Amino acid sequence: MGSYILRRILQSLLILLGISFLTFVLLYLIPADPARQIAGRSATAQTVENIREQLGLNLPFYQQYFRYLTGLLQGDLGRSYLQKTEVGALIVSRLPATLLLMLGAIVCELIIGLTMGIVAALRRNTAADTSLMVLSFVGVSSPQFVIGILLLYIFAVQLGWFPIGGYGTFQHMVLPSLTLGFLGAGWYSRMMRSSMIDVLRQDFIRTARAKGLKRTQVLFGHALPNALLPIIAMIGIDIGLFMSGIVVVESVFGWPGIGQLAWQAIQRVDIPIIMGVTLVSAFAIVLGNFIADLIAPFIDPRIKLR
Amino acid sequence: MKRALLAGAAALLAATALTPAQADDIKQGGTMVVTYKDDVSTLDPAIGYDWQNWSMIKSLFDGLMDYEPGTTNLMNDLAEDYTISDDGTVFTFKLREGVKFHNGREMTADDVKYSLERVTNPKTQSPGAGFFGSIKGFDAMAAGDTETLEGVTVVDPYTVKIELSRPDATFLHVMAINFSSVVPKEAVEEWGADFGKHPVGTGAYSLDEWTLGQRLVFNRNEDYWRAGVPKLDQITFEVGQEPIVALLRLQRGEADIPGDGIPPAKFLEVTKDPQYKDLIIEGGQLHTGYVTMNVKMPPFDKLEVRKAVNMAINKDRIVRIINGRAVPANQPLPPTMPGYDNNYTGYPYDPDGAKELLAEAGLADGFQTELYVYNTDPNPRIAQSIQADLAAIGIKAEIKALAQANVIAAGGEPDQAPMIWSGGMAWIADFPDPSNFYGPILGCAGAVKGGWNWSWYCNEELDKQATAADSMTDPAQKAEREEAWRKIFISVMDDAAWAPVFHEQRFTMRSERLGGPDAIFVDPVHIPVNYDYVWAKDVQ
Repeated sequence: MGSYILRRILQSLLILLGISFLTFVLLYLIPADPARQIAGRSATAQTVENIREQLGLNLPFYQQYFRYLTGLLQGDLGRSYLQKTEVGALIVSRLPATLLLMLGAIVCELIIGLTMGIVAALRRNTAADTSLMVLSFVGVSSPQFVIGILLLYIFAVQLGWFPIGGYGTFQHMVLPSLTLGFLGAGWYSRMMRSSMIDVLRQDFIRTARAKGLKRTQVLFGHALPNALLPIIAMIGIDIGLFMSGIVVVESVFGWPGIGQLAWQAIQRVDIPIIMGVTLVSAFAIVLGNFIADLIAPFIDPRIKLR
Repeated sequence: MKRALLAGAAALLAATALTPAQADDIKQGGTMVVTYKDDVSTLDPAIGYDWQNWSMIKSLFDGLMDYEPGTTNLMNDLAEDYTISDDGTVFTFKLREGVKFHNGREMTADDVKYSLERVTNPKTQSPGAGFFGSIKGFDAMAAGDTETLEGVTVVDPYTVKIELSRPDATFLHVMAINFSSVVPKEAVEEWGADFGKHPVGTGAYSLDEWTLGQRLVFNRNEDYWRAGVPKLDQITFEVGQEPIVALLRLQRGEADIPGDGIPPAKFLEVTKDPQYKDLIIEGGQLHTGYVTMNVKMPPFDKLEVRKAVNMAINKDRIVRIINGRAVPANQPLPPTMPGYDNNYTGYPYDPDGAKELLAEAGLADGFQTELYVYNTDPNPRIAQSIQADLAAIGIKAEIKALAQANVIAAGGEPDQAPMIWSGGMAWIADFPDPSNFYGPILGCAGAVKGGWNWSWYCNEELDKQATAADSMTDPAQKAEREEAWRKIFISVMDDAAWAPVFHEQRFTMRSERLGGPDAIFVDPVHIPVNYDYVWAKDVQ
């Protein structure tokens, strides 16, 4: 176990190093000149050159990358070219909103996905089952910006039940969480359905029914906990899904998280922010997978880490 | 007819400018909510240089000069008075006494000197440093040899003398630009690089709250030196809202001004709705959209070819493509800019004539080329329209739709982009003076690697005329100077360095409860809105 964790940590660090290198190369290759961008359109060549020197942009590629890594190891993600603010501080200030949105999305996808999956499993091969599975298929395959705008239009603009975008209260949270969780809900409903069907076929379920337990007791006391195991392991992996979703969802709903920060930075080619958000997202995904792997044996003792 | 209309609009704009007498009758008080898509990048006047923070900075800070609300007419701001030496190289400003920064300290001539030295110091990395190139000692400062500007002298606490290395007729405009705003040294030093998040100025509003990615709150400066200004007690800027969402919120009464304007997708729907007729405001802006032709890349080195392109483009159709949010252009200067030539008609739309010109140039069978364009709507659609027009005279232009930075980078190379559609990138004047439409984008100084003169047009004779025009600093020479600039821009058209396409109009919307002359909602200088003069109807 101990050696497994150590190995996984080393692996994760290697992955992060690789990602930082790849991102740095890609951003280095963009034919945009940050110094000129900062200097503005009225700047003299001299000014541009000064800025290039101050930022170390005149150095060869490997030195620039090394400088960035050195800063990174000291927890310094650099300064935004355009906002002139520490990238680390910018990300930290926006992290709570993103975490809150993810939490809301997890709650939404579990409630919707599990309910749909259980009902479909219990009503297997009926019209209810088919329509729920079609719905889950729609959930899995719909682009989030479409769902987001649709929900916004129906529930905020037409019905007026929720505010049109923004951040602050529980009401603000509902639609973005639903949008972000919708994709996962589709996955979960399918997984829950098959997992539930598997469990219901097991011998211990028959035994439970045979000893005279009520149907609901069997369902919630025995079948559900067992069927849930593979689902819980999935939540860690969800973080990766969310990371790609938050850019869209946060932009549609004006949610002040790191997805919106990334989107705005991309539009303005603010390289330090793009770099910082990419690394933080990569870190979150690696961490999510790591935790999912770690808790797997606790959920299912048949899994051994080595 | 169109020209007459424009002239009329300009006159109307001037007539509706807020006169002080009117302003005094308006009661102060009330609040408004302005929405924006992007978070505000910075409120440091030495750094901020975008559409969104431009007017915010003007509300938080003051410079020596400013413009009458809703117009392009200069007026004194922190300068109570000024004198210009006969040779046009020494500007002496007398400062207003008793003006206080938001931190309570009185503003003096030392602050003016400090602010100018800060913005020109390369360490500040100001995108506006280049505007101060005519101040004596600027070059030494730019080279990093010194930290003081030789030309700026504090005569007494309320007098500052600025010597220039050459006569500069645009210098009063330079003193009105955001980069010249007066900042207090102690606050800049306290916050360092974060001054842009903790701005302290002498302006009509002060920053009360800034929650990154969510909102900024401006409070009225109770001690503001200009009596009766500003009108509102508080302005809340809500950021992170897509223009469509902003419009919906305005329609529901939750927001008062969509800062990014009316989204193109909703433009026709909203403008045709009688309900909003009185709430939509149209204004000119100091903008020209044009096609550059790189005179260093054959066949655009031939005058006939450049003229042919000018005659091939159907500008009316392009204006229709953007739902009439522009007026066709025939010269580089926009109609609201001094020096605009009302009698010039430009090249006619004449595909047959264009074909003949191509034949004269020995290209009767046409040629292949590339048209670079910023890849954000509506620019690719405009480029397609130009592409079709060029195809009609035998020029096969391949469209290269790229990110903004990439197009700008391609334009700054001598041999990369034969043609560029400037939409979304250039050119909006930094200040309302014709010289700002020449040097960087048509003069030899801009025709350098990384420059903005994407036609690489360099006419030394015109450069000389431009320098001569900018040496006419005597206010009595105003008309003569305008005439000189008018001639320069018509000469540019004779050489057909660009194909000017249109001048964008701005459309914005305000909620029913906001008052104020239309001109301040589409202010040509306090872009996008002159917040200081907006008032609330519910407190009158």
